[in-house]
Amino acid sequence: MSKIRVKGVEKSFPDRRSGSAGPIAALSQVDLEVQDGEFVALVGPSGCGKSTLLELLSGLAEPSAGTILVDGKPIAGPGPDRGIVFQQYALFPWRTALGNVEFGLEAIHMPRSERAERARHFLALVGLSGFEHRYPHQLSGGMKQRVAIARSLSCDPDILLMDEPFAALDAQTRETLQDELLRIWQETGKTILFITHGIDEAVYLGQRVAVMSARPGRILDIIDIPLGPRRGDDDLRSSPDFMQLRHRIWRMLRGQIQSAANH
Amino acid sequence: MSLVSTVRTKPPIRLRLARAPVIVLSSLRTATRRSLAIILFCLAWEVLPRTGLVDRVFLPPLSEVLNALHQLALSGALATNTIASVLRASAGLALAILLGVPAGLVIGSSRRIAEFIGPLLEVFRNTAPLALLPVFTLILGIGETSKIAMVLYASSWPILLSTVNGVRTVDPLLVKAARAMGLGSVRLFAKVILPASVPTIFTGIRLAAAHSILVLIAAEMVGAKAGLGYFVNAAEFNFQIPQMYAGILMLSALGLLANFALVRIENRLSAWRTP
Repeated sequence: MSKIRVKGVEKSFPDRRSGSAGPIAALSQVDLEVQDGEFVALVGPSGCGKSTLLELLSGLAEPSAGTILVDGKPIAGPGPDRGIVFQQYALFPWRTALGNVEFGLEAIHMPRSERAERARHFLALVGLSGFEHRYPHQLSGGMKQRVAIARSLSCDPDILLMDEPFAALDAQTRETLQDELLRIWQETGKTILFITHGIDEAVYLGQRVAVMSARPGRILDIIDIPLGPRRGDDDLRSSPDFMQLRHRIWRMLRGQIQSAANH
Repeated sequence: MSLVSTVRTKPPIRLRLARAPVIVLSSLRTATRRSLAIILFCLAWEVLPRTGLVDRVFLPPLSEVLNALHQLALSGALATNTIASVLRASAGLALAILLGVPAGLVIGSSRRIAEFIGPLLEVFRNTAPLALLPVFTLILGIGETSKIAMVLYASSWPILLSTVNGVRTVDPLLVKAARAMGLGSVRLFAKVILPASVPTIFTGIRLAAAHSILVLIAAEMVGAKAGLGYFVNAAEFNFQIPQMYAGILMLSALGLLANFALVRIENRLSAWRTP
């Protein structure tokens, strides 16, 4: 049984701007299956509905049609079993790094006496030991995202939904965090669905890459990435295999971006 | 692993001690620069009446005013009136907070209530509170109750409106993140919306404090038996001019102190806001 099963999902929004003129279709007939412990990347042109799909998976919104099953059961709203990491971090600025991670523990009703210890553990996991008492405005972008990841992990979700989490970071920090994320994934065994604009990022991180069409979005193809475990000192991104996979996806997306531009 | 720290760390003790004289000197210079205008003003206040450029009867020199202030302090009149005013203003402000903040939280949380009551609130907010002074005097007389009620009325609007504003301008991404973790409406309110609104609410409290002093003094001038507003008015009526200015100086000091204290608290509460 797959961990996540998206079947025939559609989502449309009423067009508020022009009053009664028909709804905007964001997603149309999306089918996707993710196995337990998999790392799947999702790429697509701007506006294709990637973030909408994530919202549906997290339970913050409901599909207009189709079903979403997690562990074989339909989802009924948001819950701590699915963690979500946003591009803009969404850290609570009035709480310290430790306080933000504790928020996740409070959400799952962990007893107060255990919280600080567990929160420290998750901050150590993302490499932020010693920064527990810093406030978000005292942290760099990369650190903020680490705290955000620690916070989502603290709820002990089986699934981690990541919405372009490294897009707001500079290139070097992004590469560092990509390797960090892979390490965390290997240590925790979570199922990860990672949305990105960057083909490089998708091929580097994902075991499989799902390519979405332009709006209304649907899954065009899912490509296997048989590149083996990432070793930090190799420049995998320059290897011929990597570039071949990258080019394949690039060609697929190019057609989509052009047709999106024509609409 | 390169983690960039954006926190400024202090230089070692050795360096700090060596730079101490420079720091003291530059602080003195800054202090002098900042009080220069006030010092010049005081000098003018002392010199101009003495030289006859300003009528001494209507504006006594600063030294006479300070002397009167000293006498009033010794006689206890200053204390009595100041305490009376401070108590009234504090009581009114405290009540305004107790009523205004919860009301603001409710109105801010419900779009329907906000839309319903919003226009009426705008009418009251834009009506100068002092215009309603006769109403309070009519209904509640000239005792403590009417004064405190006046302050309550005038202070409530900034507090209410800034609370509503604070609730409505919480970053929606934060609400989304909390909801995604499975928080229901009650916990969402307590753990996200409330803490996020605190700085805005406190700004309203600070503004309300300024309003409250203004309204109180006016109310005391109209009808009271004690208080700084009453005192200043009575002094003018009895042609005790230095005493009148002494009372005004006291009011000035009070306002400055209150503002200073509240700004300090506001800065502490808003420390987490992105600078």
